[in-house]
Amino acid sequence: MRKMSFSEAIDDALGQGMAADPRVLLLGEDVQGLHGGLFLRFGRQRVRNTPISEAAFLGAAVAASMAGLRPVAEIMLVDFLAVAVDALLNHASKLETFSGGRWQAPLVVRTACGGGYGDGGQHEQSLWGWLAHIPGLSVVVPSTPADAGGLMLAALELGSPVVFMEHKLISSIWLDFLGSGGRDTVTFDVPPDGEHGRVPDRWQPIPLGQALLRKKGSDVTIVTLGVGVHRALQASAELEKQGLSAGVLDLRSVSPLDKAAVCQEVSRTGRLLVVDEDYEGFGLSGELAAIVLEAGISCKYARVCTQTTIPFARRLEDETLPNVARIGAACRKLAG
Amino acid sequence: MAPDAWMLYGLMYKSRVFEEAVRQIWQAGRISGEMHLGLGEEAIAAGIIPQLVEGDALALDHRGTPAMLMRGVAPLALLREFMGSPDGLCAGMGGHMHLFAPEKLAASSGIVGAAGPAAAGFGLAAQMLRPNCVSVAFFGDGATSAGMLLESFNLAVVWKLPVLFVCKDNDWAITTPAETAVGGNLLARARAFGMRAEEVDGRDALAVWQAASEALRHARAGNGPVFLWAHCIHLEGHFLGDGLLDMFRRPVYSLRKRVWPMVKGFFHPQGAAWGERLAAARQIVGQVLSIQNQTSPQGDPLLCLRPALERENARRLADLEASIRDEIQKVVSQAVALEGNMA
Repeated sequence: MRKMSFSEAIDDALGQGMAADPRVLLLGEDVQGLHGGLFLRFGRQRVRNTPISEAAFLGAAVAASMAGLRPVAEIMLVDFLAVAVDALLNHASKLETFSGGRWQAPLVVRTACGGGYGDGGQHEQSLWGWLAHIPGLSVVVPSTPADAGGLMLAALELGSPVVFMEHKLISSIWLDFLGSGGRDTVTFDVPPDGEHGRVPDRWQPIPLGQALLRKKGSDVTIVTLGVGVHRALQASAELEKQGLSAGVLDLRSVSPLDKAAVCQEVSRTGRLLVVDEDYEGFGLSGELAAIVLEAGISCKYARVCTQTTIPFARRLEDETLPNVARIGAACRKLAG
Repeated sequence: MAPDAWMLYGLMYKSRVFEEAVRQIWQAGRISGEMHLGLGEEAIAAGIIPQLVEGDALALDHRGTPAMLMRGVAPLALLREFMGSPDGLCAGMGGHMHLFAPEKLAASSGIVGAAGPAAAGFGLAAQMLRPNCVSVAFFGDGATSAGMLLESFNLAVVWKLPVLFVCKDNDWAITTPAETAVGGNLLARARAFGMRAEEVDGRDALAVWQAASEALRHARAGNGPVFLWAHCIHLEGHFLGDGLLDMFRRPVYSLRKRVWPMVKGFFHPQGAAWGERLAAARQIVGQVLSIQNQTSPQGDPLLCLRPALERENARRLADLEASIRDEIQKVVSQAVALEGNMA
């Protein structure tokens, strides 16, 4: 076992994948500097800086994957994916169906997401529900270094388009780049088990669509992902002192979604709380309610999500994103 | 209208002193997130914005502080916005990348290239609602790689929109040098759209004024858009804490955070041939060395204009600078006091 940071784990697993398969290349804005270790290891052919042309390089990555390469295209922040979403919405996701199953686009879109460091509502969105809405796309949201590396390797090997989302609050490269800018005068509520942790000596792929029960609970099931996992675990620890047992299920991928694990846990506790940093309306939290209802499970339901545009002001931002206090209150209300 | 060098210098100096104060407040941790300052590109805003009239619109990028300030937005409202306060320009909801002043038709965006479509839309509204008014888009050379900006060039040409597209070209798209990101020549590119296009030394506020004066006359007369290619530097790189500049400014921190992962990658047993790795290493070293041009005093627009004013009237210059410093110092004290009141 080794220990490394969340961002090191992703680059390390990607490096293992690149060493094993010469078709894998990384392209995106400033990737040669942001992922300098990969750049100096694999050189300019396989770690390519792009112009600020998301529509062009993401669209190109789709076609390159159709023609034999295995591109990892980095969209710096998922907010910027909006400029290029056509490549995913109308092309990568549709190819297999349109070609009658004869052509796939084995592409990984790597992108930083999430808030909690005061960068405003155009740089801190989650948007995983918005992406998972599109049939034909896989959407991965890891919460620990070990999962991040294993899921990256699985994404590289999957053979169809995957959006791999890297939460900035647990990714030290991004938090340093955008949050602190090298300052020691600002602090963030970084979950330590998300930012740093044990990882295997050699990466093994973690299959997409397998949720992981982070904590067993008998009263409430909290279903969540990304930084939400750590917030939920902290809330659960506090609730435990008050005699309330809340389990935490880490989805790890939004699509494919581990419906069986969700249903199994919720049918045990009879109470479902979704903690989702993405927008509340028309997204993952509603989808989880639908899945449980479709399975005929009778349960109480609540959700703690982001309801509005994320404010720039730090205090308002902390109130807007799911936090431990809101999760705890929602659990108590569900169980009460 | 002939430019008043004193007025232009005053605008630039105020913007400079204000942004230097912002830098200190950001360093002290009282401003969150990224901070993109316009230090080094003041002459471009100063040469254009005083020529705007009521009804003209501004489409700004993520570096809009100098333009907002020169358009007349109160420095206190800006600073309080950066501090995320309810009494800020946008109630603390936007931050420095998302500044909006509806009464001045001035809007910003943190999405690279978004100033293009915004200026085209403001131009359309001017064409239909406010005859003789124009819109001005400010963006960097990095944005000239964005499809939406180039689509806006075309739209503005075919609809003869009254738009001034201003490229503040510092030769870098974040850490990517323009020579590896921008194909061809931007003047030729703009002209290929059928647009009038001029190149100007963006350090020289008087030259920008002259070029913009003609461009604005052209656009106001209904002759369609103009592209202005203005060269400048960014004294703080892309943003505060710029990784390339930090290599010099904070070598120990940079060695640990940025160089060490590169060294580990370079010596990894599995990877590219040594020649490839050396080429990558040489490229990084080259970029670190060439980022130095961003901090060169020869590129500083204030130092470009100041000697002439000093020769003309040193006393007047000293008084002007002192009064601006006083004004900004008062703004800073007021902003800090307001923060104290709220806490």
